[in-house]
Amino acid sequence: MSSASSPRAQEPLLVEESLLNATRRRAFGVMFWICAGWIALVVLLALLASVLGLQNPTTENYDSLNQGPTLAHWFGTDDLGRDIFSRVVYGARVSLIVGFGAMVISMSIGASLALLAAYRRGKIDLLVSAASYVMLAFPALVAVIAIIAFWGHDLWKITLIIGVAGIPLVFRVVRAAALGYATRDFVVAAKTQGASDWRIITKEILPNVLPAMVSFFLIGVASVVILEGALAFLGLSVQPPTPSWGNMISESRTYLSQNPWLALFPSLAMILFLIALNLIGDTLRSALDHQEGKL
Amino acid sequence: MTPSTPTLLSIENLVVNFSSGRKTVHAVSGVSLQLNEGDTLGIVGESGCGKTTVGKATMQLVPSRSGSVSFDGHDLARLTRKELRRTRLGIQMIFQDPISSLNPRRKIRDIVAEPLDIWKTAEGAQREQIVRDALDNVGIDPDVALDRYPHEFSGGQCQRISIARALVMKPKVLICDEIVSALDVSVQAQILNLLQDLKARFGLSILFIAHDLAVVKNVSDRVAVMYLGRICEFAGSDELYSHPAHPYSEALLSAALEPDPSSDRSRIILTGEPPNPIDPPSGCRFRTRCPYAQDRCAEEEPVAQEISPGHSVACHFPLLRTNS
Amino acid sequence: MSLTPGLDRSASTDESALLEVCNASTTFATDRGSLRAVDDVSFVIKRGETLGIVGESGSGKTVLSRSILGLLPRSGVLQEGSIVFDGTEIVGAPDKLMRAIWGAKMAMVFQDPMASLNPVVRIGRQITESLRLHLDLDRSEAKATALSLLEQVGIPSPKERLRSYPFELSGGMRQRVMIAIALACSPKLLLADEPTTGLDVTVQAQILDLLSSLQKERHMSVILVSHDLGVVASRTDNIAVMYAGKVVEIAPTATLFSSMAMPYTKALVDSTPRLSQPSHLRLSPIEGRPPDMTTARQGCAFAPRCSFATDRCRSETPPLVTSPSNPLHRFACWNPLNSISIGESS
Repeated sequence: MSSASSPRAQEPLLVEESLLNATRRRAFGVMFWICAGWIALVVLLALLASVLGLQNPTTENYDSLNQGPTLAHWFGTDDLGRDIFSRVVYGARVSLIVGFGAMVISMSIGASLALLAAYRRGKIDLLVSAASYVMLAFPALVAVIAIIAFWGHDLWKITLIIGVAGIPLVFRVVRAAALGYATRDFVVAAKTQGASDWRIITKEILPNVLPAMVSFFLIGVASVVILEGALAFLGLSVQPPTPSWGNMISESRTYLSQNPWLALFPSLAMILFLIALNLIGDTLRSALDHQEGKL
Repeated sequence: MTPSTPTLLSIENLVVNFSSGRKTVHAVSGVSLQLNEGDTLGIVGESGCGKTTVGKATMQLVPSRSGSVSFDGHDLARLTRKELRRTRLGIQMIFQDPISSLNPRRKIRDIVAEPLDIWKTAEGAQREQIVRDALDNVGIDPDVALDRYPHEFSGGQCQRISIARALVMKPKVLICDEIVSALDVSVQAQILNLLQDLKARFGLSILFIAHDLAVVKNVSDRVAVMYLGRICEFAGSDELYSHPAHPYSEALLSAALEPDPSSDRSRIILTGEPPNPIDPPSGCRFRTRCPYAQDRCAEEEPVAQEISPGHSVACHFPLLRTNS
Repeated sequence: MSLTPGLDRSASTDESALLEVCNASTTFATDRGSLRAVDDVSFVIKRGETLGIVGESGSGKTVLSRSILGLLPRSGVLQEGSIVFDGTEIVGAPDKLMRAIWGAKMAMVFQDPMASLNPVVRIGRQITESLRLHLDLDRSEAKATALSLLEQVGIPSPKERLRSYPFELSGGMRQRVMIAIALACSPKLLLADEPTTGLDVTVQAQILDLLSSLQKERHMSVILVSHDLGVVASRTDNIAVMYAGKVVEIAPTATLFSSMAMPYTKALVDSTPRLSQPSHLRLSPIEGRPPDMTTARQGCAFAPRCSFATDRCRSETPPLVTSPSNPLHRFACWNPLNSISIGESS
């Protein structure tokens, strides 16, 4: 038997080339973990809002209207005396449900179609790609507004409509990422070993595309949260008195000069949430690019 | 030709066309080959000659327009999808790019165990043992390798792991497509030796596809020279390299570079490059670059004729031994 | 230290040095510590001479050729020693100085012509661009020169080809175009890094023959970098063998092949399958793999893989010494092959 040197970890693989396009390993860094912590906190608060003993976000209290931050009301109260902190936390629920819910719908349908199209190519690819172009050519925002206005704007309908509108975009992104892997030799090898199409898609291609999907998912959630805010501003999101970050900002317009806190806290919550999501998405993406560079 | 051992894999009159827009690429145009048990059959040729397509069509990875591939008594093209998946396990393939052959997101353990998991042939401790043995066989230390990812290994080591994976299901035939062309010279020799050892040990038959003449000669018992989708010469490997009868084989051999400054033989340098397989020349496909071409070569397609036992050539004016 | 070609070509070379590389080292800063990719390399190339540089991946041959071209990034790279080209120091030379040298006096041909050619610009303009820049030719003069260059590199129907885009040409034709561009300003040194890797066997021979005939015609110096001993064997005056960043053996080509001294050189030759050998001949691979260049090591870098290694090899680094039998032959080995096997091989 011909002998081989025992493989060691971190052997210089094609040392010269990897040096000439010198890329340095990038650790996630402190900012990444701060952002991840912030997102986790927001999600946790939103989930546990009803058991945290917060004040009811819709209970009006005419004894304390338009107050600044106090010990009793950390973020102050609004024009109807409702606790802003509690409203921001409950409002997060709406943003999170719409943001994550819509992206889960877009991702699951869009990515499944994309993986299938990238692997099978041929007619399926042609058909779904054509459909995605047709949908992308449509002004999505106008369509979403029109459908919501016509169909009604409860939380689940909004989530569903935005989710469906996002499918073609997810399809394009995931398909492009998957195409590069679908033609690699390890896919052919799996095929010659008798792997089913399902197995090839889920075990061979998907794990390679997953990091790109995760980072796109997070940036997608951020975009949907903005979209929900915009819809709320137009009065096309959940209806008062149910709080959402969008309609809180919208309502604050009238009292902005008297009570700037009213606009500040929901805006701050939204901005920090979006920055954190984008930063995490970007960090994951560049970590992925780096790994790709090694191959 | 009278094969001394039974034929294991037989390719008859294989034709593969690809469509490129409205045009047709004639990738393989009527190739017949027999791989006998325990034999290594080399296919050598330049890029675009169709040698890789022959390998892929054998595995039914690309559809053939006509012709047949029979393995172990089965016509592979006539099997149902399910039967093909099972039967094809007897033939395994190793590829050129060792890095692209292994899924970067899976551990070596799972890469090598892949066929076991697909067919649920072994689980738990038995699965582990098979994977360890497979890695041992190719000279990779399983204790070190099992829980690592492909990018932690060099090209030569990745190629060893690919071979280990291919051998897990105990195939009879191994199709090797340019498996050493991406490797350094010293590593290339390691892999070629390993291949010879494994062949002897497991009774493999090998279809060895490569562009490097010296490498093909080293591993093959018999060699087919391909040009633009056709086989122009077929012979035992020592016979072919010492007495090439097709002008293309002769030119190919004389263009090969040897690490020896004194071996600057009288060289026949071909002019031009292989024509486009979308529109191959009439008659003999090599005639546009052949120094000996005559009118007949353009009109009539040469058929393979046997010029000595086991040595056939598709040329109207073969270079016979008396000439050299 | 000077090398005079031992072949008949020496008649046509004039004796002055064109490129003097003296104790050149190139060190990269990496996460795993500093990596000395080129380690104390010295050699001289005379005008009209061809030097082959051979080594496996990771041997430092690519980094060495980039160092000579002055093409390495500024940050994270430390260059030491001196590289003098035609009287100009390359190490630490400002880009402005290098721009006057690149193309005009020193030209390069790389492995992948598709990556070096601009895919959206016609061939003609890519050639005339550098002509007009360096030689100050007007449009019609440049076009005429481009036409004659394409003829010289053997491109059929050059007039039509001037109007082609790179993707319309085959790999061999693209490499010919690259050579035409490199030759446009009659450089004194042509650096060809793996110019035929990836080309077909018959085309590879054409390109190498073209390079050596142009070299003779124009009295250029050529550095031919390759992993393949076969590529450099018959077309060079001298060959330098690199291992782990060092030149471990350098000699006139014929001398190198007839009396190689460094076990690594011999191992490299032995591991290559040859047409002249019978089939199924067992090859002698070099076991193991090149050392990790980031870890400090003692002794000869090849010692762990060398069958002649002694304790001295493992503790002391052998210097590049001149062979007692041939002043042009230098090698870095404590136990050179000729003294070991001097009785066996003639």
